[in-house]
Amino acid sequence: MRVEDVPQEGNATLDGQRKGMYAVGKDGRIALVPSRGWEAEELVTTAAVEHFETLAQEALQRVRTGAAGALEYFMYARRLDPPTLAQASGVWRWRLKRHLRQPFASIPEPLQQRYAAVLGIPRAQLLEFRAEKTDA
Amino acid sequence: MGAAIPFQHQQSAHCESGVVAGLLRGQGFPLSEAMVFGLGAAIAFAYLGIVKINEMPLISYRMPPRFILRRLRKLLHLPLRVEKFRSPDEGERRLDELVARGTLVGVQSSVFFLPYIPVNMRFHFNAHNLLVYGREGDEYLISDPVFEAPTRSSVPDLTQARFARGVLAPKGLLYYVDGPIVATDVARLIPGALKSACRVMLQPLLPFIGVRGIRLLARKVHKVTRNAPLPFAQRYVGHVVRMQEEIGTGGGGFRFLYGAFLQEAGTLLGNTSLQSLALDMVATGDLWRDFAYDAARMSKGRLALDGALLASQLNNIAEREASLFRAVRAVSRG
Repeated sequence: MRVEDVPQEGNATLDGQRKGMYAVGKDGRIALVPSRGWEAEELVTTAAVEHFETLAQEALQRVRTGAAGALEYFMYARRLDPPTLAQASGVWRWRLKRHLRQPFASIPEPLQQRYAAVLGIPRAQLLEFRAEKTDA
Repeated sequence: MGAAIPFQHQQSAHCESGVVAGLLRGQGFPLSEAMVFGLGAAIAFAYLGIVKINEMPLISYRMPPRFILRRLRKLLHLPLRVEKFRSPDEGERRLDELVARGTLVGVQSSVFFLPYIPVNMRFHFNAHNLLVYGREGDEYLISDPVFEAPTRSSVPDLTQARFARGVLAPKGLLYYVDGPIVATDVARLIPGALKSACRVMLQPLLPFIGVRGIRLLARKVHKVTRNAPLPFAQRYVGHVVRMQEEIGTGGGGFRFLYGAFLQEAGTLLGNTSLQSLALDMVATGDLWRDFAYDAARMSKGRLALDGALLASQLNNIAEREASLFRAVRAVSRG
């Protein structure tokens, strides 16, 4: 890549930041050039963000019907999936699976704490969460 | 507490090589990021189907985290101290202690909890590296080499990021250079570093590492686009690009960075064939970007999904990298 080809398309996911990229200058020297990003990266990053948002919305529907607990919704809202959450909170996967279906209040208290810590959401907020209240 | 070390922030393409270069610079031993990356022999390719990230395979375009750190420690006989902690409190106290003492500290952290990272880029990736060069009140002064300017993070945020759990959990890992660095003739270390990189890229045994790994990826992409339902195939192709472009520096990015190293090495050794191989390396980076461009558009449905085309692009890249690294190997043997 030449210096003048370093993408400056203003990738929205970079939020105005610039990344460093190595490119070939006019003198033939390869040096770091700040880049505002390009379309390809923006496409796949927003797709990944949207994928989690869709999963979170679907989970929210299940929370409304009682088929899932608040934990499942917040897991996806925080861009985690079951294997990642299980690992991050030190809970067996099959046990997590059960917890995802239960109301948050019926999960043993020490585990509530651990989930809350991994999600970075206060435990009280997870306990109070009612699916109807959110504007989804 | 209001300690800050006089330290010159410098942007880099990749976090680990940037942090190591920063630590060396802090000790008055300036090496470019590219030289650190190259001496670290960090260029690679791996397709790890068993390691799943959001149900997708792990694809890496470089050696695993901390490889550069370990290799440079050995090569340069760095008086490097590495510490891990059992509890966040302990880890936070130790970091404060070091910073108060005027030590420049490298820290491993999760990306997800760092407040200065753009929201849409925060995913659960635990092997990000950054430098802490001071503390002011309730904030750490941070030099994150991936960004243009030095930045800050609140103490609790950084502690949470340092103690995130899961794959590659950092466990509060911090590292610093403890003592002066003995001057080494870097040029003498180059042939060994080149050999080491070629050994990985050209290894004939494992089908998922090096050039063979790129060919494996080509086959997988072809197969998934042929057999899986369209939404999954699109997500798969998008994932390949994400692993390339966003996580770290991207496949293209690492190729450009290694090209910069080959050029610098060529200048240092007065070797013109290394200098022309540097430009070939940059050219393979461009091929990776062409692939990413098409694949990204296909994953979003802006272009019809064409697995055969993507596979042929990847096979072409494999071909080019194979002959390139063979040429590098020939140079390294003198």
